Amino acid sequence: MADTESSHDPGRSLRGIENMLKRKIAYIDLTSGKITAKEIPREMRKLYLGGRGINTYLRYNLIKPKIDPLGPENVLLVGAGLLGGLPSLGSSRCDIAAKSPLTGAVGSTNMGGFFAAEMRFAGFDHLAIMGKSEKPVYLWIHNGQIEIRDASHIWGKDTVETQEIIRKEHGDDEIKCLVIGVAGEKLVKFANVMTGIKNSGGRTGMGAVMGSKKLKAIAVRGTDSLEVAHPEELLEYCRQLNEKVLSTKWAQAEKRWGTLIIFNNTNTTGLIRVKNFQLNKLEDSEDLEAENIERYSIGVAGCFGCSVHCRHRYVLKESPFGPFYDEGPEYTTQGAFGTMVYCKRFETLLIANHLVDRYGLDTLETGGMIAWAMELYEKGIIDDKITGGLKLEWGNEQVVYELIRQIAYREGFGDILAEGPLGAIAKIGPESGYYCIHVKGMSNLQSDERPTPSFALGIATSTRGADHLRSRPAYDLYGLPEEVLEELVGGPVSSDYTSYDGKSRLIWHQELLYSVVDSLGLCKFQTVFLGFNMPKWEEYSKLIYLATGIKLSKADLMQIGERIYTLERMFNLREGFSRKDDILPERYFKEPTPIGLAIARGKKIDREKFEQMLDEYYALHGWDKNGLPTEETLKKLGLDKEPSHML
Amino acid sequence: MQKILLIDPEKCTGCRSCESACSLFHEKSINPALAHIHVVKMETSGLYIPIVCLQCERPICEDVCPVKAIKRDQKTGAVVIDTDVCVGCRLCAIYCPFAGPRINPKNGKPLKCDLCNGDPTCVKFCEPKAIQYVDATQANMIKRKNAAVRFSELVKNLLGTL
Repeated sequence: MADTESSHDPGRSLRGIENMLKRKIAYIDLTSGKITAKEIPREMRKLYLGGRGINTYLRYNLIKPKIDPLGPENVLLVGAGLLGGLPSLGSSRCDIAAKSPLTGAVGSTNMGGFFAAEMRFAGFDHLAIMGKSEKPVYLWIHNGQIEIRDASHIWGKDTVETQEIIRKEHGDDEIKCLVIGVAGEKLVKFANVMTGIKNSGGRTGMGAVMGSKKLKAIAVRGTDSLEVAHPEELLEYCRQLNEKVLSTKWAQAEKRWGTLIIFNNTNTTGLIRVKNFQLNKLEDSEDLEAENIERYSIGVAGCFGCSVHCRHRYVLKESPFGPFYDEGPEYTTQGAFGTMVYCKRFETLLIANHLVDRYGLDTLETGGMIAWAMELYEKGIIDDKITGGLKLEWGNEQVVYELIRQIAYREGFGDILAEGPLGAIAKIGPESGYYCIHVKGMSNLQSDERPTPSFALGIATSTRGADHLRSRPAYDLYGLPEEVLEELVGGPVSSDYTSYDGKSRLIWHQELLYSVVDSLGLCKFQTVFLGFNMPKWEEYSKLIYLATGIKLSKADLMQIGERIYTLERMFNLREGFSRKDDILPERYFKEPTPIGLAIARGKKIDREKFEQMLDEYYALHGWDKNGLPTEETLKKLGLDKEPSHML
Repeated sequence: MQKILLIDPEKCTGCRSCESACSLFHEKSINPALAHIHVVKMETSGLYIPIVCLQCERPICEDVCPVKAIKRDQKTGAVVIDTDVCVGCRLCAIYCPFAGPRINPKNGKPLKCDLCNGDPTCVKFCEPKAIQYVDATQANMIKRKNAAVRFSELVKNLLGTL
C-alpha cells in the first residue's frame, strides 16, 4: 500500500509536533499514580485507525482473561476517532471500552458531544486507565499534562453538577468532561458515562467500571492544533460531504425531529415492543409521537462538527421534580419509558430522560429492566414482598420514576434490577429468565425483530450483547432494488425485509462498516444506516487521505473492519462465549407477533433458518461453524500473534 | 454596500463546525482556540451565542491600536490586523465591547475575523444559517423583521387574536 508521508505527498509534510497523527496514548495507573504517555505508531493506525479500533486492540492486549470487571485489573479505555474534530460527518464520537460488568463480554460504548475533540486538542487520542484509587479522584488533562486530582467534594453529585463544579474550579467554561453520576458510583451494572447535558455512552456499564476505580470524571481542555495533510482540499471535501448528507431525506427528518421520528415509522408498522414483549405496536400512541417534542423544544443542538443536529433542547416548566432544562429524548427513550412500560404520555419521557441523565443510567437498560419487572409482576412471578410494596402496574409513571431512583441508589427492589439481566434473573429465579429480552446479558432496544430476520441476526451476533448499533441495516426496511443492495454489500440480498435470504451478508457488511465508523469517530447517522445515500467506504478513504496522508482503499478499510470485529470476537471467546451465545431470546422463536401491519403480523423467527443465517454469517467473517476464527482468517488479518503488545 | 456577518443566536445549534472550518481555512489546521469565531455556550440553559467581530463602521480597535496595525480592507470592508505590525498589547481586545478580537494562546496576539477575502468559510459550514453573509442594510431589515415577528406574538397574546 502506497504511503505518502515519506515520498511524494503533494500535501504538507506532517512532521510537526501538532500533526494529527502525533496525538498520544496515556497510561494512567490509579493505584500507584504513575502516568506515562507515548506516541501511537503509524503502523497501528493502518491496522486499527483509532477510537473503537485501537480500543479493541488495547482491550485484548491489556486486560487479562477472566478478571473481575469491577476489580482493579480491568482497564478503562477512552479513545477519540482518527478523524475527530473535522467540520463534517459528526466527527465528535468518543469510544469507551473495558470488560463489561454487565455481560462479562466486550464492554464498549460510544458517545457524541464535545469531549473527544477537546481531548485531541489537549494532546491525547487514547487513555488507558488501570488500577483503582483509594479515594474519589478525577483526571485533569490539559495541553499534554495529566494530573490526578481529588474528587471527594464531587462524589455523590449528579452528572451535570459534576461538570459545573470542575469548570468553576479551573475557571474555564470550555472544559469538557466525561463523568459518572450516582449510578456509576454505586456500581449499577448499566451505569453510563456522560458528557454535557445528555450525550451518553450508555451501554455495557462503563460507568460502573469508572465507579469501581473511584474515578468520578475526566476533564479535558487544550489548545493544540490538529495539523492535517491537505487543508484546502479537506475543507472543500468536508463541505461537499455535509451537502451530500443534508441532501438525504433522513437528514432532513432527523434535523427537525431527531431520532424520535423513527418511532412514527416503526410503531405504525408493528416493530416496537409494548408491555415488555407482549405487543408489537402501541395503538393509542399519539402522545408519544415525534411531533410532540415541538411543544417543549427551544431548538435543536449538534455535536462537534455535525451538520444534522438531531438533539432537541427542551424545557419542562412543571414536573414532580420542578422545572428543568434537558436535551433529547431519543427514540430509545420512547420505548424505554413509553411503550415498554406502557406509559403513553410524552411528558413521562421528558421526565424519565432527565432522571436517567442526571443519575447516569443507560436509558435503554433501565427501561428494559423495569418493563421486564412489570411483566413478572403481572404474571405473579414477583409480588409486593420483593418490590417492597411497589405496585408494578403497566403505565404507572410514579412507579417508573421511583424505580429509576431506587436503581441509581441501589435501594430496595432497585438493588436487584441494578444487577442487569443476568444478576437479576439469578436473584429472582430461573422462571423469570424467559421474559427478559436480552442477549449475552444486555437488554435489547424496544425494537421487535421478529418480523425482520436481518435485525434479529444482528442483535444475536453483536459482540456487546443485544444491540442495534453494532450492525443494524435500517435501510433493509426500504425495499431497495436488489441490484442496489448487491452493489453495496457484494452479494445477493432479498429486498423483502421479512426474508432470510442474503441477510447474513447484510449484517456482516454493516458490522465491518460500523467498526470503521466507530474507529474514525464519525456519527452513524451520517453513514449508510438510516439514510442509504450517506457517505461510506469510498468517502472515508478520501477523507482519511486528505486529513492524514494515509492511503487506505475500500478493501483496506473493509479488512480493518474485519480485524476489529474479529478481535472483539476473540475477546469474547477468551471469556468463554461461543456460538451458543449468538442466540435470540426464546420468545422470538415461540411467540408470533400479535398485531401490526399485515407484513409484520404473525411473525416469529424460524429456528432452522436462523441457524442457517448464522452459518452463512460465520463463513463470511472467515469463522468456523462454532464461530471461531479459522487459522487462515487470523493470518490474513494479522491476528495470529495476538496479544502482540505493540502499544 | 458593505457586507457583514449577520448572527442569529436563536438558530445556532452549537456544533462548532464554524470554529473547526475557520481554523482550517486560516491556520491550515483544526484548532477552535485559533478560530476567529467562537460559540459561547450556556450549556445548562441550552443557549449558544456565536461571538465574532462585527466589522464596526467606526472600529474602536482601530482607534486604540498604538501601532496602527488595524485597518479596513478596502476590497472586503473587513477590519483587519496586520500581524507583522501588531505588538500584542491586546488593547483592541480589551476595548472592543463585543470581544471581537480573541487572544491567540500561542503568541498572545489578537486574532480576528477578516471575512475570508469576501467569502466567509463559517457561513458555508453553518447549516442552520445562524451565520449569514448579507449586506448591512439587508441585515438590519432582517433583524427588524425578526423583532417585529416576536413583538407581534406578544401583541397577539395580549389581544387574544389569531
